[in-house]
Amino acid sequence: MSDQFEPVIIGFTCNWCSYRAADMAGTARMKYSPNIRLIRLMCSGRLDPTFVLKAFAGGADGVMITGCHPGDCHYVEQNYKAMRRFVILKKTLAQLGIETGRIKLLWASAAEGAIFTDEVNKFVEQVRELGPLQWPTSGGGLEKMFAMPEQMLVKEVSA
Amino acid sequence: MTEKIGVYVCHCGSNIAGTVDVADVAKWAAEQLKHRGVVIARDYKFMCSSLGQELIEKDIKELGLTRVVVAACSPHLHEKTFRNACKNAGLNPYLCELVSIREQVSWVHSDKVAATEKSKAIVAGGVERIIWHEPLTPLRVPIHPATLVVGGGIAGIQAALEIADGGTHVYMVEREPSIGGHMAQFDKTFPTLDCSACILTPKMVDVGNHPNITLLTWAEVTHVDGYVGNFQVTIRQKPRYIDTATCTGCGICQEKCPKKVVDEVFEAGLGYRKAVYTPFPQAVPKFPVIDRENCTFFQKGTCKACEKFCPTNAINFNQEETTLQIDVGQIILATGYDLFDARRIPQYGYGRLANVFTSLEFERLTNAAGPTGGKVFLRDGVTVPKSIAIIHCVGSRDKNYNNYCSSICCMQSLKFAHLAHEKTGAEVYNFYIDIRTPAKAYDEFYQRIMEEGTHFIRGRVAEVTDAARNPGEEGKLIIQAEDTLIGKQRRIPVDMVVLSAGLEPRHDAKDVGRMFGLSCSSDGWLIERHPKLDPVATMTDGIYIAGVAQGPKDIPASVAQGAAAAARVMGKIQQKEVAMEPIRATVNQDKCSGCRICNNLCPFSAILFHEDKMVSEVNPALCQGCGTCVAGCPAGAITGTGFSDQQILAQLEGLLLLNVKRLEPEPVPA
Repeated sequence: MSDQFEPVIIGFTCNWCSYRAADMAGTARMKYSPNIRLIRLMCSGRLDPTFVLKAFAGGADGVMITGCHPGDCHYVEQNYKAMRRFVILKKTLAQLGIETGRIKLLWASAAEGAIFTDEVNKFVEQVRELGPLQWPTSGGGLEKMFAMPEQMLVKEVSA
Repeated sequence: MTEKIGVYVCHCGSNIAGTVDVADVAKWAAEQLKHRGVVIARDYKFMCSSLGQELIEKDIKELGLTRVVVAACSPHLHEKTFRNACKNAGLNPYLCELVSIREQVSWVHSDKVAATEKSKAIVAGGVERIIWHEPLTPLRVPIHPATLVVGGGIAGIQAALEIADGGTHVYMVEREPSIGGHMAQFDKTFPTLDCSACILTPKMVDVGNHPNITLLTWAEVTHVDGYVGNFQVTIRQKPRYIDTATCTGCGICQEKCPKKVVDEVFEAGLGYRKAVYTPFPQAVPKFPVIDRENCTFFQKGTCKACEKFCPTNAINFNQEETTLQIDVGQIILATGYDLFDARRIPQYGYGRLANVFTSLEFERLTNAAGPTGGKVFLRDGVTVPKSIAIIHCVGSRDKNYNNYCSSICCMQSLKFAHLAHEKTGAEVYNFYIDIRTPAKAYDEFYQRIMEEGTHFIRGRVAEVTDAARNPGEEGKLIIQAEDTLIGKQRRIPVDMVVLSAGLEPRHDAKDVGRMFGLSCSSDGWLIERHPKLDPVATMTDGIYIAGVAQGPKDIPASVAQGAAAAARVMGKIQQKEVAMEPIRATVNQDKCSGCRICNNLCPFSAILFHEDKMVSEVNPALCQGCGTCVAGCPAGAITGTGFSDQQILAQLEGLLLLNVKRLEPEPVPA
């Protein structure tokens, strides 16, 4: 056993293209890093950015969001919405002190098992280099992080 | 604890058990997930077998399981199987979750320890998720009995006839003025050497006359809406400038039209047609079209020869483009192929050296109804070639162009060799890299062609040139190729070269895929639901593919696929209604603030806004279940059935459970 840091990656895949790309990689026995665990969504547009925050808060070191190629969305154009949300999410993460290298957006069609595996491998290496995510998650997690500082709360002023 | 969860881990023979310690996964689930409601965890050799399913059914009945998690293959493969097993045992099928430890673990990882750990995490994810599942009922929608067939080649024709004979209505849309497709251009078909037109035109006539078929040629689909059972299709009917009610198809307009045009489509550029034309004499329907681009009247404002001579006054220059709306329940796409453009391989000289022909051009030369009346001539139109080289795999099996085998070229080239012998008595050289003759009576045909004296030279041709090196090569085309069977370079001078060009997806296959909600493979062919077991269905329910649009294939295979797609369509029509996944969004109107963000997110216009109550509502018949509105709702007022926030977040917690136990799991609902 090596002592090298094994990042935990959560992958969100859409039902129509990228989940099938993962299936295709399986059927074709294309090996890739076991660090990624997938959650199937119907569409990349279903990805609520809070899922990503929750993943980081829960101990993930990286999050990969995958969908159909632009123009190929099963739901016409919802991956474009995912793309826009991704840009905002990246900025938000940066402001929270999370390196933007910990998040990745990938377009993979059902036929692109090889692209899927290559990109997973590359992303795992990228996150491995960033090291474990040091986020204050113990006890309270997100709620504590986002809690309003006391002095900012409106205090009752006596007449 | 109200839920009783059963966990079933499949060995899949050694497919999973070879890399994942399945017994350990089951044991871990039973012990570590007990507090989450897991009452039983088993591993079994083949969960999808009837014995495996019985195991689940027995546990549901005896142990009173309320939730089932199966860790096996991809849900795309066996979700239905296990949902049915649950249903048989009286459990709502949507209380079953299939998690993939084969495609996502055992087949893609080699480290047994890591694979087992990952499997545990995935099982935990499934267990956490299933807690939040609700019993669901599939939406049942009626199937509109009419069917749309796009493309009037042999695959589309076969599909349309099967369905129409079955008693339901078919709309056939074809872009060209006549149906028939590429098959109508051929003279003979391999390996039987049947006359192509003789076997095809009766079928075309059947399509034209069938009471159950509405034939729309010179028309294109422009828009598709709806879902399985209820598609609304918009069709653009291009103006023919011929009144089909009065036209008798007598052909006088074509005789009288003074404008000759090179026919690039049907005659592959070798012959002429008029500006008013039917592509070939047996065209169905028999009505000609006026080609606006080349018609003297449309270009210069005078002529009208066709109008003057038409005995029934059927010419109508005022016709306009019309759009047509039809409702259909299902759609078959048989949009065919384009021939590989041989100009893309400049060293073969097509387009530069006059006597280099493509396979389609050679088909037209040999066709009795073709531009030369079936005589094989060189480009000068009079000389009969004394030697012909046929080059296989042009643009196929070549990573510079197309990686795949075009499947028909070997047999087609053998057929050409035979026809060349028959019609010219020339020496014929076939340059091949492999001969592939796997179907019925194909190899026997190959042997026959060899006995006829065709020379077979194995090796990819490097170059076709007219640069002679010795007097014997003067005025000839020289094939420079390595003969890999004797290990030597050879130069063979010939009079004519035929390039067996490969098949390529239609230039607009991607756009067609997009319009119908299908995807294309990296080569551009439309993707089937499963390459082996579901070759004509697609990932979009209610849409099927047949013929070469799905991948290169010959006439028998295209016909078989057309019939197969028809059988699938008729099966659905017989059922009268179809069950749709109940994955739909719903708005909790108490929480909705009426911000209308979701309204703009929906591409299906499924979200209505009630001005009076200032809240939004999802129309479940239009909702496709993508969930973009769920993710976009700032008030959290929209829930996506089957993919709710709770379900996804719970799965996330499960997946992360092993590595970091930092999250407090949400309390199990009472």
